[in-house]
Amino acid sequence: MFETSLTLNDLMFMLKGAGVTLMVTFFAVTGGTLMGLAFGVIRAQFKPWVTLPLAFVLDIFRSVPLLIQLILANAFQAIAGYGISPFVTSCIVLALYTAAYCTEIVRGAIAAVPAVTRRAARSLGLTWRQDMTQVVFPMALRVALPSWIGLTLGVMKDSALVLWLGIIELLRASQILVTRLQEPMFILLVAGAIYFVLSFPIARLGAQLEKRWKEND
Amino acid sequence: MGNYTFQWRQALRALPQMLDGALVTMQIAILSMLIGVTIAVFLAVMRNSKSRWLRAPATAWVEVARNTPALFQIYMAHFGLGSFGIYLSPYVALLAGIAFNNAGYLCETFRGSLRAIPSTQLRAGRSLGMGPATAFRLIVMPQMFRIAFLPTMNQMVWAILMTSLGVTVGMSTDLTGVTQDLNARSFRTFEFFALAALIYYLITKVVMLGARLLAWRLFRY
Repeated sequence: MFETSLTLNDLMFMLKGAGVTLMVTFFAVTGGTLMGLAFGVIRAQFKPWVTLPLAFVLDIFRSVPLLIQLILANAFQAIAGYGISPFVTSCIVLALYTAAYCTEIVRGAIAAVPAVTRRAARSLGLTWRQDMTQVVFPMALRVALPSWIGLTLGVMKDSALVLWLGIIELLRASQILVTRLQEPMFILLVAGAIYFVLSFPIARLGAQLEKRWKEND
Repeated sequence: MGNYTFQWRQALRALPQMLDGALVTMQIAILSMLIGVTIAVFLAVMRNSKSRWLRAPATAWVEVARNTPALFQIYMAHFGLGSFGIYLSPYVALLAGIAFNNAGYLCETFRGSLRAIPSTQLRAGRSLGMGPATAFRLIVMPQMFRIAFLPTMNQMVWAILMTSLGVTVGMSTDLTGVTQDLNARSFRTFEFFALAALIYYLITKVVMLGARLLAWRLFRY
C-alpha cells in the first residue's frame, strides 16, 4: 500500500491531463459566459413569451445528460462532414451547456435589481446603456458572482466527461495509468486530490464572497 | 449534410428496449435518492453538532462529494475499491457513486433548511416531554423536508442525468447503456442517441411536473 511504481513522469502525465481539463474549462466558461450574458440580458429585458423559444432551447441543454450531448454533437459533426476535432466539439458543447446555466444566473441577477432603482436611474436621464452598465451591472454582479463561481467549478468537474470522445484529460490520464500500473486506488486518489485542490479553494472563496456581500445588503 | 442517410425506423424499432433501459435508469435514480436522503439527514445533523469528531467526517464527506467530479466518484467505487479486493458490479458502483454524490449535495440543502427552522420549535417539542431524537423526528424533520422539497427534486433530476455515466464503467442495462449497446451493433450513433436524449428530456420534464403537482398538493395550507 505504501510503495508505488508511480514515477515522476507518470505524475507529469497526469498534470498534463489536468492542464487539458483546465483548458477545456477555460474555453467552455469563456464562451458560455459571453453567450449567457447576451441571452440573460435578452431574457430579462423582453416579455417571457417573446423569449420562450430561447428559454426552450436552453432548457434542453439542462435536461439531457451532458454525456449524450457530447456523443450527439460528435456524431453530428461527423455526419455533416465538418471534420472538427473532438477537443473543439467538446469545448462547443460545454460552452452551450455553460451558457444554458449562465443565462439563468444572469437573468436572476438582473431581476434582483429593484425596478424602482432602474426607473430612478432612467428618470435621472441615464440612457438604457448607462443604466445597464453603471446601475444594473454593479448590483447584479454581487448576486451573480457566487453562483457563477459555482457554475465554473461545476463545468470543471463535468469536463471529465469529454474522456468519452477520446480526449486525454485528468481522469482519462489516470485511467491509462491504472491500466498500466494496476494500482487503481492510489492513482485515482491522486487524481481526486488534484481535482480537489483545483476546486476547493475557489469554492471556499465563492462561499466567502457570498457571505460577505450578504452582510452589506 | 454529406451523404448520410438517417435511419430513424431502426431506432424506433429499438424503442421498447430503450424504454426498458429507462426503467432501470429511474430505478437507480430513485434508489440513489432514497439512500442519499437518508445519509444526508445524518450528515446534516452531524455537521451541526458541537462535537468535532462528529463534524469532521461529515465535513470531509460533503467537501469531497462537492469538489470532485461525479464520474471520479463512480470510478472510485468501480476501479478504486479493486485495490482492496472489492469488486462492485457496474450497477452497484453506479448506485454507490451517485448516492455518495447525492448525500453530499443534499446535506448542504438540508443544513440550509435546518437554519430556517426557529430553534424554539425544537425547544417547544422538548418541553412537551419529547426526547431530542423524537422532537427532531416529529417536529423538525417534517418542516425541513418541506423547505427542502424543491431543491431535493432538483437533485433527483441531477441523479437521473448522472445515471448516464454508468456506461463508462460498463453498465449496459440503463438507458445510456442500452443505447450504447445498440450503437455498437449498428453504428447509427446519431439516431439512437437522439432518441435517448428525447427520452431523458421527457423523463426530467415529467419528474419536475410531478414535483410541482406534489408540492402544490402537499403544501397547500
